[in-house]
Amino acid sequence: MKARVHVTLKSGVLDPQGKAIEHALTQLGFEGVDSVRAGKVIDLELSDTDEASARERVDAMCQQLLANTVIETYSIELSA
Amino acid sequence: MRAAYVVFPGSNCDRDVAVALEQATGRPPHAVWHKDAALPDVDLVALPGGFTYGDYLRPGAIAAHSPVMRAVRAHAHKGGAVLGICNGFQVLTESHLLPGALIQNASLRFVCTDVRLRTETTASPFTAGCARGQVVTFPVAHGDGNYVIGDDDRKRLEDQDRIAFRYCDANGALTEVANPNGSVANIAGVLSENRRVLGLMPHPERLADPALGGSDGARLFASAVEQLAAA
Repeated sequence: MKARVHVTLKSGVLDPQGKAIEHALTQLGFEGVDSVRAGKVIDLELSDTDEASARERVDAMCQQLLANTVIETYSIELSA
Repeated sequence: MRAAYVVFPGSNCDRDVAVALEQATGRPPHAVWHKDAALPDVDLVALPGGFTYGDYLRPGAIAAHSPVMRAVRAHAHKGGAVLGICNGFQVLTESHLLPGALIQNASLRFVCTDVRLRTETTASPFTAGCARGQVVTFPVAHGDGNYVIGDDDRKRLEDQDRIAFRYCDANGALTEVANPNGSVANIAGVLSENRRVLGLMPHPERLADPALGGSDGARLFASAVEQLAAA
């Protein structure tokens, strides 16, 4: 089973990288970009076969290591 | 006072911290490798600056889970003193020994310069040797020193007098220009609830000898020796 974890800064936390990208897009002439938030994607290949237990394990991984929940939020996508 | 410092893969200020500690205590501190599960019997553990594990994932995130950090947490929970400088501060926030987090500088640039800091509290082993409001000069050298903390937690820090240093100008004013990284409320260093764990982005060990161009940093180490030896 595969898991894809998206980690992004919480909405209240200033994202300097997102701001810089937003600025660069405007410079390039792309109009109407109201906000950019940059994050990261972490792909995991798991030996799990049960989706519920895989989700539980990946959630624990996010809590302990993959995300810093003081500043970041995460979402988990599972696929076979 | 007996001191130790931890060496992680990617630490690069460990020797500087060792020199500053030896100058202050009069004897060489213990070097502890990150894989060691136990600490020697010491009063103070220093976590040096550097780029542990290449700053992979988040600065300090991997180091926070190394075997030695379990021992450092136990030391802190027993009331032992811990000093985290730069990357060491990032390791302390990732270990939840200090609140908040350090994210990329608002400028997106690595900043390497001397900064002025206003001593915000004297109620800690590290700052007891300064006067409240005293301005000191320490160097900074980091790309991820932008201190972030939620409003409620920040208020708690302020109410409990746990902000050790803030970035300021030569007159002690907390200006935006004096803030090298965008940290909330110019915060440069914070204390734990029991006031014995200090994390700060600036490097006191890099200006701890007149031969280095200044010795303001030596004050912090001397203060720790005086306070912790007396305890």
